[in-house]
Amino acid sequence: MIARIRPSTVLGTMAMLAVTAAVLLPLAIIVLTAFKPVSEVNAFPPTLLPQDWTLDNLRRIVDELPFARLVLNSFLFAGGVTMFALVFDSLAAYALARIDFTGRRTLLIAIIATLMIPFQATLVPVYQLVSDLGWVNTFAGLIAPRAADAFGIFFLRQFFLALPRDLDNAARIDGASEFRIFRSIVLPNAVPALLTLAIFTFVNNWNDLLWPLIFTTEREMGTITSGLTLLTGPGGIVPYGVMMAGALVAILPLVIAFLLVQRRFIESIATTGIK
Amino acid sequence: MSLTAPRRRYRPPAPLGGRRVAPGGRRGGRRGATALAFLAPALLILTVFVAWPMLSALRTSFTDASGFGEAEWVGFDNYVQVFTDPDLFDAVRNTLWYTVLFTPTAVIAALVLALVLNSPALPFRGFFRTALFVPFVVSLAVAAYAWTYLIDPQVGLLNHWLGGVGLQLGNVLEDPQLAMPAVALVAVWKNFGFYLVIFLAGLQDIPGSLYEAAKVDGAGPWRRFTNVTLPLLSNTLAFVLVFAMIAALQAFDQIYVMTGGGPYGNTQTIVMEIYESGFRKLELGFASALSYVLLIATLLLSVLQFVFFGRREKDTQ
Repeated sequence: MIARIRPSTVLGTMAMLAVTAAVLLPLAIIVLTAFKPVSEVNAFPPTLLPQDWTLDNLRRIVDELPFARLVLNSFLFAGGVTMFALVFDSLAAYALARIDFTGRRTLLIAIIATLMIPFQATLVPVYQLVSDLGWVNTFAGLIAPRAADAFGIFFLRQFFLALPRDLDNAARIDGASEFRIFRSIVLPNAVPALLTLAIFTFVNNWNDLLWPLIFTTEREMGTITSGLTLLTGPGGIVPYGVMMAGALVAILPLVIAFLLVQRRFIESIATTGIK
Repeated sequence: MSLTAPRRRYRPPAPLGGRRVAPGGRRGGRRGATALAFLAPALLILTVFVAWPMLSALRTSFTDASGFGEAEWVGFDNYVQVFTDPDLFDAVRNTLWYTVLFTPTAVIAALVLALVLNSPALPFRGFFRTALFVPFVVSLAVAAYAWTYLIDPQVGLLNHWLGGVGLQLGNVLEDPQLAMPAVALVAVWKNFGFYLVIFLAGLQDIPGSLYEAAKVDGAGPWRRFTNVTLPLLSNTLAFVLVFAMIAALQAFDQIYVMTGGGPYGNTQTIVMEIYESGFRKLELGFASALSYVLLIATLLLSVLQFVFFGRREKDTQ
């Protein structure tokens, strides 16, 4: 049977194509401008596509910034937070979901309460604390305050609650310890939830501007996201082409990673209201 | 940052013969010790880096601490300052204006696009969904550079195109009226795809039979939207609205990059002001008091969100 194509569908498709093109325009501009020579970047009237493709901007960004270092810092910072948070959050979530102990409910409510505190509201005292510990400009300072997070605990607890308990009970009868049940039964069954949380944590930290801006004062300790702002700081008038080359490198790893896992990622976000 | 309420799930009744009993954990004390071992690392982090700083900030907000020398107890002076200082009044007002610009725009755009995407006749739905979601994984600060270039008064492509259709915007980021809508629009661009995905999930939970029944009763597309979709989506809608408002209260990244709070302080939001006073001018007491204003506003919205999330969960079961 041949489906009849209705005019409203054609209109809807065209509208969606237009919206999608508009939404992708800033990303297209980043990619295309990164490869444009200066003359074209500043040409009037401005153009979308480069006439001559050049690698000059990418070369210059390496000169302007300790570039490899900033990218490495981003990986270590976002990766470190993700790794610690995943371990600590899943341990805590296991206790809250699977072990009956006195005060469990109170503790859960307390954790949910910390979830409502925006990190911007505690920046000043957290900075003082990190500074007293001598951790400014260190990975410890960047990572430790985020090594566990109420949202992750809560998110994983919900997932652990939903896993069937038959296997745990069988393992318990066989004399397995709680830690063994956690490691060998619950964690392997929670891989989708752990993966979603991992991607989410990594993306949020990689993209964060305020956090690295505050906890690193040395150029060499910044992330790629915060490092780029040095280019535009006072006196740092930098050609758009160079800026876009930096932007390209900053967003490329995440966009590629996202496109690889997009289906599962979007679906799990839709059902959990994660942020 | 989000809030989700506990789901109530159906649990099968305990097996005959009593409660689930762990052979190693028969006594409450022992089980408590095991639980504590699992919880310790996370609790340590949350206590040291969230709970304690909160209380310490509360104390600091009653002092004139600057990071140097002894802090003097100044009572409610900082709060009085928060509510009388014209700059701060402006920061709160700017944040509210930003919230008003951002929230409805992002939520309505997301809802409309979700409705279109939810139509089974539309081709390439998966592609559209993914493409519209991409901005959400891009750093707002980095995207802000692209937008700055696009609306540059001299060499900006978007400015040029808009000029071509008779819309002369001039130097948007230097314009006291246009700077705030511009930075709000960049946040809309970044976040609407996320709200869209939540709406899509909500829409897919509405049973198709309801639409069939409405059609049989002679309801047109608009009636079906107002009488079936909206009522059944209302909790999701409320949830997303509050969610967007909380995000708006925390506006910082693109403003820092695009305007630095200018022109004439017109885009100086609460978090921008916390950054300036806390980390540039080192007026820590002042920054802490302002932090509490942000905190209380967020808490109020979070409680609302909690309620709506609970209702949304019930809807979807």
